[in-house]
Amino acid sequence: MAQPLVKKDDDRDDEADYSPFLGIEKGAVLQEARVFNDPQLDPRRCSQVITKLLYLLNQGETFTKVEATEVFFAVTKLFQSKDIGLRRMVYVMIKELSPSADEVIIVTSSLMKDMTSKTDMYRANAIRVLCRITDGTLLTQIERYLKQAIVDKNPVVASAALVSGIHLLQTNPEIVKRWSNEVQEAVQSRAALVQFHALALLHQIRQNDRLAVNKLVSSLTKGSVRSPLAQCLLIRYTSQVIRESANTQAGDRPFYDFLEGCLRHKAEMVIFEAARAITELNGVTTRELTPAITVLQLFLSSSKPVLRFAAVRTLNKVAMTHPMAVTNCNIDMESLISDQNRSIATLAITTLLKTGNESSVDRLMKQITNFMSDIADEFKIVVVEAIRSLCLKFPLKHRSLMNFLSNILREEGGFDYKKAIVDSIVILIRDIPEAKETGLLHLCEFIEDCEFTYLSTQILHFLGIEGPKTSDPSKYIRYIYNRVHLENATVRAAAVSTLAKFGAMVDTLKPRIFVLLRRCLFDNDDEVRDRATLYLNTLGGDGAVVQTGEDVKEFLFGSLDIPLVNLENSLKNYEPSEESFDIYSVPREVKTQPLAEKKAPGKKPTGLGAPPAGPPSTVDAYEKLLFSIPEFANFGKLFKSSAPVELTEAETEYAVNVVKHIFDGHVVFQYNCTNTIPEQLLENVTVIVDASEAEEFAEVASKPLKSLPYDSPGQTFVAFEKPEGTPAIGKFSNMLRFIVKEVDPSTGEAEDDGVEDEYQLEELEVVAADYILKVGVSNFRNAWENMGADCERIDEYGLGPRESLAEAVNAVIDLLGMQPCEGTEVVPNNSRSHTCLLSGVYIGNVKVLVRLQFGLDGPKDVAMKLAVRSEDESVSDAIHEIVASG
Amino acid sequence: MSMDLDDCLALPGFFSVNGSKSTEDCNDVNEDSCPCIKNILLLDSEGNRVAVKYYSDEWPTNSAKEAFEKALFSKTQKTNARTEAEIAMFENHIIVYKFVQDLHFFVTGAEGENELILVIVLQGFFDAVGLLLRGNVDKKEALENLDLILLCLDEIVDGGVILETDANAIAGKVASHSVDAAAPLSEQTISQALATAREHLARSLLK
Repeated sequence: MAQPLVKKDDDRDDEADYSPFLGIEKGAVLQEARVFNDPQLDPRRCSQVITKLLYLLNQGETFTKVEATEVFFAVTKLFQSKDIGLRRMVYVMIKELSPSADEVIIVTSSLMKDMTSKTDMYRANAIRVLCRITDGTLLTQIERYLKQAIVDKNPVVASAALVSGIHLLQTNPEIVKRWSNEVQEAVQSRAALVQFHALALLHQIRQNDRLAVNKLVSSLTKGSVRSPLAQCLLIRYTSQVIRESANTQAGDRPFYDFLEGCLRHKAEMVIFEAARAITELNGVTTRELTPAITVLQLFLSSSKPVLRFAAVRTLNKVAMTHPMAVTNCNIDMESLISDQNRSIATLAITTLLKTGNESSVDRLMKQITNFMSDIADEFKIVVVEAIRSLCLKFPLKHRSLMNFLSNILREEGGFDYKKAIVDSIVILIRDIPEAKETGLLHLCEFIEDCEFTYLSTQILHFLGIEGPKTSDPSKYIRYIYNRVHLENATVRAAAVSTLAKFGAMVDTLKPRIFVLLRRCLFDNDDEVRDRATLYLNTLGGDGAVVQTGEDVKEFLFGSLDIPLVNLENSLKNYEPSEESFDIYSVPREVKTQPLAEKKAPGKKPTGLGAPPAGPPSTVDAYEKLLFSIPEFANFGKLFKSSAPVELTEAETEYAVNVVKHIFDGHVVFQYNCTNTIPEQLLENVTVIVDASEAEEFAEVASKPLKSLPYDSPGQTFVAFEKPEGTPAIGKFSNMLRFIVKEVDPSTGEAEDDGVEDEYQLEELEVVAADYILKVGVSNFRNAWENMGADCERIDEYGLGPRESLAEAVNAVIDLLGMQPCEGTEVVPNNSRSHTCLLSGVYIGNVKVLVRLQFGLDGPKDVAMKLAVRSEDESVSDAIHEIVASG
Repeated sequence: MSMDLDDCLALPGFFSVNGSKSTEDCNDVNEDSCPCIKNILLLDSEGNRVAVKYYSDEWPTNSAKEAFEKALFSKTQKTNARTEAEIAMFENHIIVYKFVQDLHFFVTGAEGENELILVIVLQGFFDAVGLLLRGNVDKKEALENLDLILLCLDEIVDGGVILETDANAIAGKVASHSVDAAAPLSEQTISQALATAREHLARSLLK
């Protein structure tokens, strides 16, 4: 301290030499701490030693129990000194040491003396220290002083007591709750921070009492809260009250005026808090949003990065639900693309991608191209994902968006970034048929110079499936064969497989493929040679050109229909012997729910509002599972599998959900069961289904689950026959029946004898929407016109009073179970009419397009005009019937 | 002591009677109810600690803390946070920061926190350190006056709850305890004294 000023030296080594803590060593400092025991205390020296101890702790040094105890006892001696500065350091030190209960007793009396001292600083700090280290028994002794302190004239003392109260409320709520009169008085304090702390504590004391919070908010929103921080709290509590009272009143939202008034507060903190609160209101209307968006827009051009960030982050969230409301800010948002702060720039871009319309896409892409080169991979991934969802929204723009993706694919980047781009291109190829050929070529170019083996093999596999179906498959061969020359063995082997797939699918290419495959016979890697030999044989490459048989295609394209986990277990259990491994002995039942696996939350690259990932393709997994069960194997192609429907309340003994699998002439219910009782083993688990309210259905098969141990989900199935091709609907009641056996928790052994038992499940319904697949079209207008008006059916419906237009639109979408197109499921706020476009595939593989026109008729009544086009009149009629009966 | 000190620091307030996990941490503060500061960091120009204070047990060990500091430092190092406070999203936290000379100031809050509240805490800390070090804000001064810095941290946030944000008030509380609060002016150079005086004047005018 106060040492002669030394000129700042730029040389780091030199500078380090001047550090007062250079060469500091724990043992030596602990020795130094003995000065605390001197009869004649030197406050300045003691202070320095405490600083050194705190420095050590701050640097992550640890004290052993013995050391800590010694230091603590030594430090308590320092209460003898009257030096204010030293006392202050002693307080900090005691807090850092977190003494144990029996040690606390030693300082209690000293601290209590300080708590009643005339010096404000002593009082405030002693309260904080004592409350930090104290326990409940001691608290009752000092409670009287704390209550006094809360209403102390000195704001620092009052704040200390209130903040301590906030912490103590968690451990000793019943004591702190007794202080509410004093706290209430403190809320009226003139000191800004006292008001803030008092309000925070008062709210926490009352937070479970809705009425009290309501009263608190009503009285304070009328009065004047002085402190900006307290005002922010009040805004938060007000939003809570609004949220909880949301459904009780129609008309104007209570307290909205207060929030709106806060937008004109002088503190930016309060303005922002209010704007954010408004944007987060449930079902916020455009009229309510507008003033909040306006202030946020002003913030966008602030000179302070924090303000810009806060505004753009909030607007980004708003854009997810109300893209139209944010479009006014687009110009300001575009200038943020070049913001120094890359977080702000990325948020601005992703917001623009959400709010942009079809016409602005090209301009936006140009701006983003410049921006991409100077941001980190994690931001790039967010942008790539936003572009992918933009492309799915505006399929007509696939050319420029796909170009953009291929350009950035060529630039430098890490694995995760490249994978995100490749995944996006694959999704676009899958969902936008027009984009397929260009997309595949972009991928081909990418593998020409791809350093990631994983991506190369994935792309080669994908090429093998999609490439042969294109108009000119031969153009991909060069890219694939180049891999055989230039890459490592893994990629070469993948390339050989891909070549074989082309050979199998495209007969005209077959002779040339054989030439290429024969060259691979001389590869220096076993796997590559083996594959080439195998494919040459299966494709008949040794003789004349033969028609490729179904079984060969199945061999090449069919995937392994055995769960890999099961195969792995079986292989582990296999003992090498004369008898060869029989792949058919591997159990095919999937142990875990396929859906649960797929839904495992992907690691988000950043917290920046990443768009939802593409829909998981669980249908394949289900199809495989069902076909592995002989009883269901002849049901034909799986049309649709529903999302799981819960049949039990959360946290019951047995958790059961059901997936409805729709076939042309059958319905299979897959009951996913989980046993949540460790002491039980369930055997012979079946579901008894009563179909008396589903006349058109007749039970044909049921597959019980042999055993259901604790916490390992299993499935049981029940199959019904129904009239072919029609959307039969009905209600089913379910009863879980099983034999329960006690399990000894210590050994995990089940007893031999079991008891039969039943467990009532909730009802299950098969509805019309189960018969419609959500399948999007890339260009609705084209599709609509191509379909023609031959089988068009138009009718009008009154939907009666509805909460809002959006609610009515969603209800109809849910009823029909069709895919909304071109983002028309979002209803702009306050609009009086809306058109929603839906597409889907009806059972029997009939394409259906629907145009819904909604209008408000009177204050709340919604009227709807439904136009259906499909390839089959009866299907168009059926859609009308669904709506008419729904 | 019934347990290792490091453990005690990691589980502050573990002595509370009903065994509730923490009284110190801001983990006990309902986020919806009260803004919460997760940590305040003061690092040097190489990312080493000058003084840090954690109020959240999201970083249970010293190595977790150091890893966070290192990652945060390398992420923000190249940005220009010298004139205005800057902001970043990092590991699902919001971090506001400001640099001066070879010192880097950081304040961390929850993802959903009002950014402008975090920034007044940062500004309070930043300005208070400026006042306490009499405008000579660099690592060497900070280390030489580490006691003031630590007291300053102690006055800004208590267990995650914002205690005071006004730099003058913070510095005032700390300085009145400072051992050498009455350090003779002769020990300052003339220019330094002038700088301090100018600053005080500017502040009082701005008020």
